Amino acid sequence: MALKKQIQELHKRREEVQMGGGEKAIEKQEAMGKMTARNRIHALLDKDSFQEYDMFVQHEARDFDMAKKVLHGDGVVIGTGNITGQPVCIFAQDFTVAGGSLGLMHSRKIVKIMEHALKMKVPLIGINDSGGARIQEGVNSLAGYGEIFFRNTLNSGVIPQISVILGPCAGGAVYSPALTDYVFVVENISKMFITGPEVIKTVLGEEISMEDLGGARVHSEITGNAHFFAENEQDCFKQIKKLLSFVPANNDRKAVKQKPKPPKPEYRIGEIVPDDASLPYDVRDVIRAVVDDSDFFEIQENWAGNLVIGYGRMNGETCGFVCNQPLVLAGVLDVDSSDKAARFIRYCDAFNIPIITLVDLPGYLPGVDQEHAGVIRHGAKILYAYSEATVPKLTVILRKAYGGGYIAMGSRHLRADFVFAWPTAEVAVMGPEGAANIIFRKEITEAENPEEMRQQKVREYKEKFANPYVAAAKGYIDSVIAPEETRNILLHAIEVSVDKAVSLPRKKHGIPPF
Amino acid sequence: MEEIKSQQSKGEAPVLKELVIQGSTYYTTFTRKYLRRQNWVKPDKKKVISFIPGTIRQVLVKPGENVKTDDKLLIIEAMKMMNTIQAPMTGKIKTVFVKEGDCLPKGTILVEFE
Repeated sequence: MALKKQIQELHKRREEVQMGGGEKAIEKQEAMGKMTARNRIHALLDKDSFQEYDMFVQHEARDFDMAKKVLHGDGVVIGTGNITGQPVCIFAQDFTVAGGSLGLMHSRKIVKIMEHALKMKVPLIGINDSGGARIQEGVNSLAGYGEIFFRNTLNSGVIPQISVILGPCAGGAVYSPALTDYVFVVENISKMFITGPEVIKTVLGEEISMEDLGGARVHSEITGNAHFFAENEQDCFKQIKKLLSFVPANNDRKAVKQKPKPPKPEYRIGEIVPDDASLPYDVRDVIRAVVDDSDFFEIQENWAGNLVIGYGRMNGETCGFVCNQPLVLAGVLDVDSSDKAARFIRYCDAFNIPIITLVDLPGYLPGVDQEHAGVIRHGAKILYAYSEATVPKLTVILRKAYGGGYIAMGSRHLRADFVFAWPTAEVAVMGPEGAANIIFRKEITEAENPEEMRQQKVREYKEKFANPYVAAAKGYIDSVIAPEETRNILLHAIEVSVDKAVSLPRKKHGIPPF
Repeated sequence: MEEIKSQQSKGEAPVLKELVIQGSTYYTTFTRKYLRRQNWVKPDKKKVISFIPGTIRQVLVKPGENVKTDDKLLIIEAMKMMNTIQAPMTGKIKTVFVKEGDCLPKGTILVEFE
């Protein structure tokens, strides 16, 4: 009988903890359009798969009357569970308990699940909803953040780390998400900044709302801090599940293979790219015409749109796509698109995901703002990332590939395994207009009708050099292919690259142009 | 201008603008960030601009006063520090735009030389 009583006591204790900060605090949370920490976990994980740990952890703070305060679970829920059958580690900060503030025991729980994820080599998901450091715990809470950042760094490149911002995430707390691979934000709920609107107002007199300073849209469109934007929490969880279906559980594995499916017939690959190199098109249509089921999962859709990155499957196997987007800023490379591409290439390389590059770019974005923002340093990241990557690298030149942009976009010279080009490809040191102006400057200025001469020289240059055959003659392009042949030849290239093995010089690590 | 055919057929056709790169004109759309970029202007040595947001604590010069390079002009409190603003050149002060207690963002004109 004693056991029965003890079990009753256990259930009572569990229920108490599961109420978090109590009914009132839960009501307040829900009034803000937010789910509670445990409800979020249940909504994200497979039904009944969640196991919670450290439920009965208590803080040990004594200053400022903290000894009297009971904070259930110390404001964070940790545990393991499954997402579409695959194990994951997860933590969710509980805003109903002391505003989700981070104290020492709170951080120790997070660290515990982070270490577990690294040992078991499963993805880590962190749901952030916290007012920040628990001021009463002083330097202990800073120590807690530091320990988390350190483990984010250790975990990086071993397991996927996903941060979900479902509430405020301010001050030092933002650096844990920034160190992880993917940041998810939700409209009107996510807020991220180093210094908040109040500090900015007192110091500068500048008034700005939280949403305009560091809301979901700002981080998805302006800063590039976020990778996925959702309109509500449910939608956000769907995106997380989809992402996890594309990436492997750790760096020793490949992504789980799905059933191969052909692209949808409405994407006709031969009819997407206009002949006139000055006209745009949506490169995502080309991707959709190539990947299984025309299912392309785009990352950072609303930031640096001149370069498109994301995942698609080729005969069931995940591939990472890096593509110039002529529809936005003519598909130029610039500071932001370079950062976007380079980081994604390194992610694919770390997690055994073949990289498919689709090239159509006029070069780099001209402008003082770009030069002064360090486009040299940022642009170099792409060269570094492609050169260093040892996963299969397949490149298709669709149209323009001029100058430095040609080299940067997964060229043979950065050790692409296969480089294909459509007959519309123009591989040249620069565009025909610019090249003719330089090479034939004398002829043009001395001609009776300079404009006519210029046009003629541009035509000549175009005919001679704006094609794929000059580069193919030198072996820089392996094969010139019809657009309709693209999917099959890529599938073949992936198949023959399956056991690709190359080694880099021995080093502790390189020094990428961060 | 030909309309771009998106096979995705999601939403309206975008409005295309011209972008010139290496002598060639391309038709494309602009990003919000690109539209918000600021044109570069040559810095004017005669204008002293605040390099950090903060509050003016002391004004050490008056209009008409002659100063030498590196002379102290102002003290601005920022990030809990008293920062000295020094004269970038030798010359006569034309205008002082700020007074003690002013709270300013970065990039505000503080003092102008003749």
